[in-house]
Amino acid sequence: MTPLLEAVDLAKHFPVRRGLFGRAQGAVRAVDGVSFVIEKGKTLGVVGESGCGKTTTAKLVLGLEEPTGGALRFEGAAIGTLDAQGKRRYRRGIQAVFQDPYASLNPRMRVGEIIMEPLLTHERVPADEARSRLHRLLDLVGLPAKAGTLFPHEFSGGQRQRIAIARSLSLSPSLVVLDEPVSALDVSIRAQILNLLRDLQTQLGLAYLFIAHDLAAVAHMSHTIAVMYLGRIVEIGAANQVATASRHPYTRALFAAALPSHPDEKREEIVLAGEVPSPLNPPSGCHFHPRCPSVMERCRTEEPKLRIMDGVRVACHLYE
Amino acid sequence: MALLELRNYSTHYVSARGTRVVKAVDSVSFGLDAGETLGIVGESGSGKTTLALSILRLLPMAAQNPGGEILFEGEDLLKKSSEEMRQIRGKRIAMILQDPMASLNPLFTIGDQVSEPLRVHERTPRRTAWEKATALLKAVRITAPETRVREYPHQMSGGMRQRIVGAMGIACEPRLLIADEPTTSLDLTIQAQYLALLRDLQREHGLALIFITHNLGIVAKMCDRVAVMYAGRLVEFGPVRKIFDEPRHPYTRALLQSIPRFADARDRLTAIGGQPPDLSALPLGCAFHPRCPDAIDRCRSEAPPETGTGTNHTFRCWVAKS
Repeated sequence: MTPLLEAVDLAKHFPVRRGLFGRAQGAVRAVDGVSFVIEKGKTLGVVGESGCGKTTTAKLVLGLEEPTGGALRFEGAAIGTLDAQGKRRYRRGIQAVFQDPYASLNPRMRVGEIIMEPLLTHERVPADEARSRLHRLLDLVGLPAKAGTLFPHEFSGGQRQRIAIARSLSLSPSLVVLDEPVSALDVSIRAQILNLLRDLQTQLGLAYLFIAHDLAAVAHMSHTIAVMYLGRIVEIGAANQVATASRHPYTRALFAAALPSHPDEKREEIVLAGEVPSPLNPPSGCHFHPRCPSVMERCRTEEPKLRIMDGVRVACHLYE
Repeated sequence: MALLELRNYSTHYVSARGTRVVKAVDSVSFGLDAGETLGIVGESGSGKTTLALSILRLLPMAAQNPGGEILFEGEDLLKKSSEEMRQIRGKRIAMILQDPMASLNPLFTIGDQVSEPLRVHERTPRRTAWEKATALLKAVRITAPETRVREYPHQMSGGMRQRIVGAMGIACEPRLLIADEPTTSLDLTIQAQYLALLRDLQREHGLALIFITHNLGIVAKMCDRVAVMYAGRLVEFGPVRKIFDEPRHPYTRALLQSIPRFADARDRLTAIGGQPPDLSALPLGCAFHPRCPDAIDRCRSEAPPETGTGTNHTFRCWVAKS
């Protein structure tokens, strides 16, 4: 079966210029040769620290950035080669929910208009059908039908995020990109939204690209987890394997740094020295080597390739 | 004697005409011993930051204190003059804010800012203060502190700025350090570094720490005691293991169940229904009752008093058994 979305060696390099008309002086390799697949109805979670390229990956998937290398295939067709009609189909198929529902909803539009806007820009829908679709969408995300006539400021953060989810579903997409969908919400509201997203996935067969800082939430939501460091995937595999039996030293350190859920929960104490280097001038060889506790001589010069280890792919010289 | 003790302390924000009253902190009592770590947990609007600012007496004009005491080393901070408070702030009680750029002046060097509390509070001569500042930067594990003291805040990364603010906080060796969401703007591995650093500083200087956070993970990792706030009230207070193992208040219990955990086979999380309440229009009785699964009639009409179990574990709930 062809996967819903496939990224092959996907890359996005941003040229860096000096001055207004200066020549390119190098490039920020925001995403540097990343490959993954998202199956229909499944969730790919992407984790990593700021600057690792997870948001750029999301933008590439949404078609908001043009890749500078590699390819994206949606339902088997390479996106670069699509004609205008194919592009429209692709854009309808992939929607997004962003972090801050206070910034992502237009305060001057009524909730009904906000939710139906994507649909009405894509097709002509008679008014009464539009209304019944709106009610179905509101019902799907657990909002009352009268919500459609109100303005965003009349809703709390959690309800606003429900509105944003309803809008993303108005075109019946097959993939929804969720960029930190709960981190702006109150703690007591987060579980509501995560449950809603899970329910919608089962009900509608949605696939998610889930990006978040909260590792436990990613582990809870995802079928597959990809760990990124400085534009590359260092480990990718089944969620429970990556979360509980991490192999790459960076993944181990990252999950060890995740906070415990109980005071008696003992974790491996791996405190990494230093900070994430600049993606403008990444270290040679394995990008992680200056901070790696198990660094070897060859890590400094030779870049490790992703290799399969018990169903998980790891890019590390330790496992060769 | 407790280092810090709050007795029925309240902070209310009152509108100019006195018609609207927001009870941001309402009859809160707890104690904290020297060298201990207290976590104050709550959602936005639960009053946790107002509580911290109340201890430092840094509240805005609209805030009123209808009653209560804040005893620090046995003295009531509410009876201090503003001059006396100025000598306490930064010297005996220090605070770290969430956004380090808000506490750093972009026009002064790191050395100037880290040495400022020493020069102000201890009248340390400039040169000695600078030397101490370099030592402090080293203590918070800034590499090459000798060159970093001469640099400016914009030249530092987020994690370094937060550590510099930490260095300013401990400059005068305070007895109590209040940290308001100190790691929310930091990446995970940097957060781990920073928490380890705070813990080491605490051990070396016998600091008492108050962590204000919405993150129960930080509480589990760092704290000895936990205060759970909801809508301005302290709904549960106790030793960290009691709170995690035998939470009494339904809100605490719901909060603990709602967070995703690793190696957790649950398909759905236990969500808390409803929304946090509006503080200017609180429901009658217990503020949590509209969202509470165990609410009885009494909860809707009468606010529950503080009940204790005798092991320094208190809660405000009509239903929970003591």
